[in-house]
Amino acid sequence: MAFAIPKENYAGKVREIVIGKGDKAVKIGGYDSMPLCTFEGTWPNKPVVAMEVYDVAPELNAQGWPPATFEAFKDVINDPGAWAKKCLEYGADLICVQLAGTDPNAQNKSAEEAIEVVKKVKEAVGDIPLIIWGSNNLEKDQEVLPAIMEAFPNENWLFGPAEEGNYKKITASAIGYGHLVAGKSSIDVNLAKQLNILIENLGLSLDKVVMDPTTASLGYGIEYTYSVMERISLAALAQNDDKMQNPFINDLAKEAWKTREAMLTVEEEPTYGEQNTRGILMESITAIDLIAAGSSILIMRNPTAVKVIKELINELYS
Amino acid sequence: MGLTGIQIFKLLPKKNCKECGQPTCLAFAMQLAQGKTELSKCPYVSDEAKAKLAEASEPPIRGVVIGTGDEQYKIGEELVLYRHDKTFFNPPLIGVLFKDTEDDATIDARLKNFNEVSFERVGYILKAHLAVVKNESGDAGKFTALLQKIKDNTKKPIMAMSDDVAALEQAAGILKGTKGVLYAATEENYEKLVDIAKANELSLVLKAPIEKVAELTPKIVEKGFKDIILDTEARDAKTMFQHNTFVRRLALKKKDKAYGFPTCNLIYEMTDDEIKEATIAALAIAKYGGIIVISDCKPEVILPLAIQRLNIYTDPQRPMVVEQGIYPINEPDENSPVIVTTNFALTYFIVAAAIEASRVPTWLVIMDVEGMSVLTAWSAGKFVADAIAPFIKKVGIADKIKHRKIIIPGYVAQISGELQEELGEDWEVVIGTREAADIPAFLKEYVAKNQ
Repeated sequence: MAFAIPKENYAGKVREIVIGKGDKAVKIGGYDSMPLCTFEGTWPNKPVVAMEVYDVAPELNAQGWPPATFEAFKDVINDPGAWAKKCLEYGADLICVQLAGTDPNAQNKSAEEAIEVVKKVKEAVGDIPLIIWGSNNLEKDQEVLPAIMEAFPNENWLFGPAEEGNYKKITASAIGYGHLVAGKSSIDVNLAKQLNILIENLGLSLDKVVMDPTTASLGYGIEYTYSVMERISLAALAQNDDKMQNPFINDLAKEAWKTREAMLTVEEEPTYGEQNTRGILMESITAIDLIAAGSSILIMRNPTAVKVIKELINELYS
Repeated sequence: MGLTGIQIFKLLPKKNCKECGQPTCLAFAMQLAQGKTELSKCPYVSDEAKAKLAEASEPPIRGVVIGTGDEQYKIGEELVLYRHDKTFFNPPLIGVLFKDTEDDATIDARLKNFNEVSFERVGYILKAHLAVVKNESGDAGKFTALLQKIKDNTKKPIMAMSDDVAALEQAAGILKGTKGVLYAATEENYEKLVDIAKANELSLVLKAPIEKVAELTPKIVEKGFKDIILDTEARDAKTMFQHNTFVRRLALKKKDKAYGFPTCNLIYEMTDDEIKEATIAALAIAKYGGIIVISDCKPEVILPLAIQRLNIYTDPQRPMVVEQGIYPINEPDENSPVIVTTNFALTYFIVAAAIEASRVPTWLVIMDVEGMSVLTAWSAGKFVADAIAPFIKKVGIADKIKHRKIIIPGYVAQISGELQEELGEDWEVVIGTREAADIPAFLKEYVAKNQ
């Protein structure tokens, strides 16, 4: 008897989403099988890697960046434009401007300062689409993100995170100024669906929405993110729930690089072994888990981790 | 898997003789269905019924036991494709490669790591499990010498790997009694190797193209041998993912017994890059690998991989917990702040990491609330004033500090008044942050204010 591949039938398909415009626009989604199952479905777009550019220069120390990542960017950390170009050299598909410095509990940078950072990045990378990521401060994000949307109208960039507490203002601005929204819900299938519905009800087409199910790192809750993404994907594909058929974005680098496994030096924890490899693996394993669970946009940091993950995406989706 | 009590009852003699210790055959059938008794207690059951029951009670994926004593593991016996459907049961073994062409210094250093690299996390030990000894030289003498050396120097199980049947036969003699693994049987040599594995009580990897497996495993089972592990010759990440998925689906969804065995993934053959190798190994852990072989045993690689294994195989219905008690972080003393939170492992990890990052010496006091997070435990009435107060007094934190201040999570600010009352006047309840990320800033300010 000939070997028959045990295939699944899927009723649904995830929306194809376009970020940016023109030749350099990036497409994600559009797939109709579970992640990596190219033998039974079509994946017109592979997952993409967005590399981070921060609005505030990181420090090389215990609260900042460990050497593995700091060294790769040390010449450009005070110049967002040069930093973004460096990311493209490292293979980034798009750039994620991280506005951590706008957090009132951090440097409390203003919207105007954030706009300056974005402007420098845009001037440096031209038409490469941008993801603009807030500081996860509900109040500040709904002030800063709309201001940037207004300053760069109709670029069709992706802005996030929009949460239950601030999605209205962020979504309204995205509609007004021609951008996309990443809705962030808290590791729950129903909350993810509800936020999509709320955003759509405000008048933004779900063709302009991606989902952030809340991203945890390896060792710090990855299994929750992993399973909620598998469950949402099954709802979208097997059950054809059209309010769940949106691609995922995962803001993973921040999570992976703040773990003690990535941060502790050999002096602090000799049994943990060499620090660089350890930290890079915290990021790359978190990323491969998220790919296996269906991520379409991975926000990443370390060039070595990015290189390996891009190679694996190309192999797995070849 | 398994039959219902009624289905079993139909196969029983229905004599109600009570010799099994149960009042009726139906009661006995119900006990059997729940796994609370054994069929052998029924003196009158027919051979035909025995065979049927045995077959029906076999899991769809064979459980293969590897190793002995404290280093005994089981792989296989999985029941679902997605961990959220129930849980994954038997985590894969992380195998480490030793080649008989490597020099003594390399082997010794790796062997030392293999035996000694180990980390404790929420009561679990993270480490590598299986020594994979490969006959790269083609010389049976070198191979068996290395095998003997590793066997003499580790308690962990060993997989002996060679293309040479004669070398494997010698290897099997060395491994007898260890419940190790032989690699590999092929279409050409499986009859001989099955006999060798059987005689030495070892499990056996079948190396064959995925479409050949359906033909070969039934022949091996027919020879009375079932401890089979499948290497479908996937040598890149994509093929590995697909084959592992096919095998798992065929066994569970198509009930195809021929594919009902754990898998073996040789990750070291897929790349020469250390980071890429470990990343593919992590994918194998998430997606149905049984034995996962990597090229080295460095602590910086084993730690994240073993965490991956722990995370993916955590039962989604049962949260990981840490033990109740007092955890000193950053070497606290009698003046250091005290933070109280719940024993949900994630809460513990995130709070402990935040305190650690703050560099502020702190006592972290963990209360057993059956593994619930702060808000869940509060709404379940487990992390509330009249439970926390007696716990604080009992846990003995008062003996470690001169002050009497405790910091509670910001999410349960509403209990502070009541907790203050329950604890009495000597104590002061301080409301901490809602998010762990804000703990470092909070602690620094707190310490500055309280000095």
